[in-house]
Amino acid sequence: MTAEQLLGLFTGIIFGFLLQKGRVIRFEKQIGALLLKDMTIFKFMLSAILVGMIGIFVLSDAGLIKFSHKPMNVGAIVIGGVLFGSGWAIMGFCPGTSVAALGEGRIHAVFAIIGMLTGAAVFAELYPFFKSTVMSWKDYGKIGLPEAFGISHWFIIPIVFCAVLALFYLFEKKKI
Amino acid sequence: MKFKTEDGGWNPYIAGALTGVLAIVSVYLTTVILGKTNYLGASTTFVRAAAYIEQIFASEYVAQNIYFSATKIRVDWQFMVIAGIFIGSLLSSLTDKSFNIEKIPPIWRERFGSSLKIRAAGAFFGGIIAMIGARLADGCPSGHGLSGMMQLSVSSFVALGLFFAAGAIVAGIVFKRRSL
Repeated sequence: MTAEQLLGLFTGIIFGFLLQKGRVIRFEKQIGALLLKDMTIFKFMLSAILVGMIGIFVLSDAGLIKFSHKPMNVGAIVIGGVLFGSGWAIMGFCPGTSVAALGEGRIHAVFAIIGMLTGAAVFAELYPFFKSTVMSWKDYGKIGLPEAFGISHWFIIPIVFCAVLALFYLFEKKKI
Repeated sequence: MKFKTEDGGWNPYIAGALTGVLAIVSVYLTTVILGKTNYLGASTTFVRAAAYIEQIFASEYVAQNIYFSATKIRVDWQFMVIAGIFIGSLLSSLTDKSFNIEKIPPIWRERFGSSLKIRAAGAFFGGIIAMIGARLADGCPSGHGLSGMMQLSVSSFVALGLFFAAGAIVAGIVFKRRSL
């Protein structure tokens, strides 16, 4: 195994361990969040974002890492986002958690994984079509909120923090 | 705030914060060791895995496909992350005894009954739609939801918002119907 593969494997084992301990990979947690009944996956995800965001912007300011924004291609993000959300609600897993769910014995995740592999193959066939249609409408490129608004990220980060903490307060108050 | 939840898991705020630390360390280590900053993600691996499976039947066809060639089919860092996620979840669930062979999830059973065929069909077709969407949007709840949000990417705020909005509407239609 190469260094790249070993590093990936090690990172994945810790990631899978934390996902399982956070109890965020189960069907009922994923659907529970979409039904606004159990926000465990958002508590987990938003906590990770708050912590990760600070570290990543500090590392970036120090010139130690590079950003990798995904393009704000309007047609692709909007149609892709709606399709993903719709499929997610029926499948009850997302790509990363499906593999983790299989690891904790949820064997019906196998069908989700086979479906997603099929979906990837279908996408590879449809790619030329998407490329010449939805993906060609309007592309704002790889941008972050600080560039989009023209203000420092250290101004936006506290706003994101306050918004997320307000959500956490709401989750706890409503016991969801 | 309790560290353990009722089902024996860890407090999701703490497990999530630790995942944030993992993301920071992983972003730094991939930059130093691999020379390129890698962010956590999952859906590209499904493309690579699909290409490996198709190669068994039609290797020339896969080589000619524009999307597969652009994705560079190899067992890369992210591919091994996905393999690791399986192992990590298996280790965690076996050691805290939460490993549980489940064929039909309870919410699904309440709505659609105990047929494995119906659950399999739902997971399969849901998976196809979700993955087409994830590849079109260029990310899933890991790539957009975690990594993109951490970088304050404009696309990720929009994508995550739509994942949730569309998911909530469809889940509402599919699961909320009152049972008799």
